[in-house]
Amino acid sequence: MAGISILFVINTIEMNMINFLQYSFIQKAFFAGSFIGIICAALGMFLVLRKMSLIGDGLSHVSFGAIALGLFFGVYPFYVAVPVVVAGSYLILKITEKAKVYGDAAIGIVSAVGISGGIILAGVSRGFNVDLFSYLFGNILSISNLEVVLSVLLSCVVLAILYFYYWDLFSATFDEEYAKTTGIKTSKINTILIFLTALTVVLSVKMVGVMLVSALLILPAACALQIAKGFKFAIILGCIISLVSVLLGITFSFFLDLPAGATIVMMNAIFFALAFIYKRIA
Amino acid sequence: MAAIIEIKNVSVSYGQSQALKDISFSVEPGDFIGFVGPNGAGKTTLIKAILGLLPIASGSIELFGKQRNKFSNWGKIGYLPQQLSFINVLFPAIVEEVILLGLLSQKAWPKRVTKADIAKVDEIAEQLRIADLKKKMLSELSGGQQQKVLLARALVSLPELLIFDEPSTALDPDSREFFFKLIKEMNEKNGTAIILITHDTGYIGHYAEKLLYVDKELIYFGKFSDFCKSEKMSNYFGRHQHIICHQHD
Repeated sequence: MAGISILFVINTIEMNMINFLQYSFIQKAFFAGSFIGIICAALGMFLVLRKMSLIGDGLSHVSFGAIALGLFFGVYPFYVAVPVVVAGSYLILKITEKAKVYGDAAIGIVSAVGISGGIILAGVSRGFNVDLFSYLFGNILSISNLEVVLSVLLSCVVLAILYFYYWDLFSATFDEEYAKTTGIKTSKINTILIFLTALTVVLSVKMVGVMLVSALLILPAACALQIAKGFKFAIILGCIISLVSVLLGITFSFFLDLPAGATIVMMNAIFFALAFIYKRIA
Repeated sequence: MAAIIEIKNVSVSYGQSQALKDISFSVEPGDFIGFVGPNGAGKTTLIKAILGLLPIASGSIELFGKQRNKFSNWGKIGYLPQQLSFINVLFPAIVEEVILLGLLSQKAWPKRVTKADIAKVDEIAEQLRIADLKKKMLSELSGGQQQKVLLARALVSLPELLIFDEPSTALDPDSREFFFKLIKEMNEKNGTAIILITHDTGYIGHYAEKLLYVDKELIYFGKFSDFCKSEKMSNYFGRHQHIICHQHD
C-alpha cells in the first residue's frame, strides 16, 4: 500500500514537472535566464577579484533611471537602458581618472544620479510608477520574446568578448602593472570590462530586478572562490553554480509561488553557504 | 652593436618632487648590470620609467632602437617586480597559469595557449625546481616559492633583456645562490642582458660586470673593475667603496 502511495506521489511530481516544462513562459525563462546567469558569473569573477563588485550595484541604479526615462518617453525601456547604462559606466571610468575621486566614490556618484533621475521622472509623470517599480524586483517569468532574443544575442556578444580577451583580462586582473610590461593595454581592458558589465546589468535587471543585480555578479564568483583551484576552473565552476541557481530558482518560484528573482538569489546564497561549510570541513 | 636600452637625460618627477634627474646611460647586448643605491634613490623608479610604467618628465628612452612609446615587442623583455605583497590571496590562479602570463607578450590577439606553451612552462618549472608545484595555487606557497614562480614567469619567454627588482629578498641562501648562478649562465651562454637592482652590494660584484650607482642622479656607471680603481669614487664613497669591491674577484 505504502509502495503504491510513493509511486503515486512520484508520478504526480513527474506529471507536474512535464507540464511545468511545457509552459512557454517557463521555457523562455530557463533559456534567457541560463545565458544571463552564465555571463553574470563569468564577468563577476573578474569584478570580485578586482574589488569592483559594487559597480554592478551602481550601474543597476543607473538602469533604474534609464528605465524611467524610457517609460517617460514611451520608448521600450530596454532600448534606453543599454546606451544609458553604457554611458553611465563610461562616466564612472572618467570620473575616476579625471576628478581625483576613487572608483567607489565615482560609482556612488553615478548611482545616486541614476536613482534620483528615476525618482524625479516617476514624480513628474505620476503615471508609470507601477511599471517602474516592477523593475525594482524584476520577473523573469514575464520575459517577452523580444527580450529573450535580445538577452541571448547580447549574452553571446559578452561571452565572445570574454573568450577572445580571456588572457588579457586574466593578466590585468592578476597584476595590472606586470600586464602592462607584457604589452597589454590595461586601460583598454578596463574599459572593455566595465562596458561588458553595463550590458550584463541591463540584461540582469529583467531577471532579478535593480535591487538584486549585484548579487548575481558577486555570489557565484564568491562561491567558486571558496573551493576552486585554478582561475579557469573557478570561472567554469561559478558559471555552473549560477546556471543551477537560475534553473532551481525558477522551478521553486513556480511551484512554491515565490518571486523568481529573489528565489534565484537565495539559491545562490545557499550554494555560497554550502561551499563555505565544505571548505571549512574538507 | 646597437644598444638594447638608450637613456638620454631622463628626469622623473612625482608631483613636485624630483625622483630622478638627468640620467643617461645605455645597455648593450650581453651586459650584466647591478643597479645599486640607497633606499629611495630612484632605482625602482628608473626601472618603471624604462618599462613604461611611469611617465618621464624630460629626456628620451629607446628600447631596442625604438622610442619607448612606440616599442611593442615586449616579448624581448622579462621583468620580475619587487613586491610580492600585490599577490591577492583570494586569487585562485595556479602556478602553471601564472607562468603562462609570461608568454602573453609574444602573442597576438586573440591570445590562445598552445601545447608548445605548456611545454615551455614545464621546461622552465623543471629548471627552477618547481615542477611539483605546477598545479598548486600561488597563494598557498611560501614567499620563496612564490618568488621562484614569478621568476619563471619572467624567464619563460627567453627574453633578450631581463630586469630584476630585488630578486633575492624572499629567497633562502641556497635558492639565492642558485638564482644568481642561473642568471649568470643565461647571461654567458645566451647573451641575455641583465639588469639587477639589489641591496646586496657585497654580493653583486661576483656576478655583475657593470655597476650603475644612482642616488636621484647618476653617480657611477661603468665596469666594476674601473669603479674599484676610481679615485673619484673613493672620494665619493669612502669606506663604502671597499664594501662594494672587496668581494669582487
